[in-house]
Amino acid sequence: MNIIIVDERTNKTKTVAFNGKTVKDVLQTLKINQETVLVVRNNEVLTSNENLNDKDKIELLSVISGG
Amino acid sequence: MNCIHCSEKAVIELQHGALCKNHFLSHFEDRVFTTINRYKMLGPDDLICVATSGGKDSLTVLYLTQKYIKKHKYKNAAVFALAVDEGIENYREKTLQDLTKFCTEHNVPLTIVKSKDTFNKTLDETYQTITEKKNKKPCHVCGVWRRYLLNKTAKEMGATKIVTGHNLDDEAQAIMMNIFKANTSLAGRLGPVSGIKENEHFTSRVKPLYLCPEKEVRLYALLKGFQVHFAECPYSKEGYRHHIQEMLNNFEEQYKGTKQGIVRSFLAILPLLKEAQKEEKIINTCTLCGEATSKEICNACAMKEELMT
Ligand code: SF4
Ligand SMILES: [Zn+2]
Ligand SMILES: [Zn+2]
Repeated sequence: MNIIIVDERTNKTKTVAFNGKTVKDVLQTLKINQETVLVVRNNEVLTSNENLNDKDKIELLSVISGG
Repeated sequence: MNCIHCSEKAVIELQHGALCKNHFLSHFEDRVFTTINRYKMLGPDDLICVATSGGKDSLTVLYLTQKYIKKHKYKNAAVFALAVDEGIENYREKTLQDLTKFCTEHNVPLTIVKSKDTFNKTLDETYQTITEKKNKKPCHVCGVWRRYLLNKTAKEMGATKIVTGHNLDDEAQAIMMNIFKANTSLAGRLGPVSGIKENEHFTSRVKPLYLCPEKEVRLYALLKGFQVHFAECPYSKEGYRHHIQEMLNNFEEQYKGTKQGIVRSFLAILPLLKEAQKEEKIINTCTLCGEATSKEICNACAMKEELMT
C-alpha cells in the first residue's frame, strides 16, 4: 500500500510504498527509530501497533528538539 | 490499542501499559509533581526563574511550574521566564518567537538576555574562531555562555530557584558523556537538584522533568496544544551529545528501559559522589567578574579571553 508521509522537520510530503500493516512497520521501512518521532493521523496520535490503510496521510513529529 | 484504565483509544504505550490522552496527561503531571515534592524543588516563598528556550521542554516545565504553585496556593511564590539569545541565525529567533507568544498567553514575565552584550560576539560571529582557531565545538562555548548568563541574571533578579527543562533523555546522555570522557567531577551539574545550596553565589537549579522521557514531553506539549515549531540549531549535529543520543535511542528501541536504568543507577550513587566532592571544591569568586568559580578566573571569562586572542 501507499502511505503519504509529512515530515515536520522539512515540511515535505512524500509517498512511500510498503508491504507492512502497522505504524511500526512503516517506521521500520523508513528506518526511523520509534523513540524519535510521534506519528499523527487526522490529529490523532497513533501507537505503534495501529493499522494503516492505503493512502493514509501521516505526520511525523520530531521528538528531539534540535538544540 | 486501548487505555489500561478506561476503554478510550491509547496515545502512548508505556512499560506498565497503554494510556489514553486524559490518563496520559494526568500520569505525566503526577510524575512531575511527585518529582518536585520528592526532591523539595519548590517552596512557598520561592522566586522561581524558569530557564527557557521556547522548545517543548521549557514550555512544558514553565507551564507545570506555574500549575504546581497554583495548586499548592503558594501565594508568596512567583515565576518568571528567562531566555538566553546566543545569536544563532535561523534558529534562536524562531524558538524565541514561540516562547514570547507562550509567555504572553500564560501571563509569565519574560526576560531575554543576549550573549553578545556580555561576550561581545554572537555565537555565529565567533563560530570560525571557535572551530578553526581554537578547535572547539560550538556547543561547548554555547553551554558555558548560557549557564553563566542564566546564573548571573537569575541572581540579579533575586531568584531563589532556577528551574530547567532537562528531561530523562538529557540526563542519561549527560551521564554517559561524562563517563565516556572520564569526567569524574560529574556530580556538580547532574542530578535532580544541583548547585551548592550553602553558597551565596549559586542559585539552586532544579529539574522537574528529570524522570520524564523526551518522547513523553513532546507528547504532553502536543496534547496541550503548545505551539512548538520544529527548529534545528545548525550546530546541533557537531556535538558529542548528538552521537550519544543516537546510541541511546538505538539501545532504547531494542532494550526498553535503558535510559531509565542509566538515570536510576546514577541516582543510587549520587549521594556518594556529592559526599566525596564536598571536600574538594573550594569556591572562589572570579577575579574578573565576581561570579563563583573553583579557579581564579571563571570558565566564561577564561573562554572570553581565549576567543579574543
Ligand atoms: S545545539 Fe549546541 S550550539 Fe546549538 S543551541 Fe544547542 S548547545 Fe547551542
Ligand atoms: Zn484512559
Ligand atoms: Zn568570570
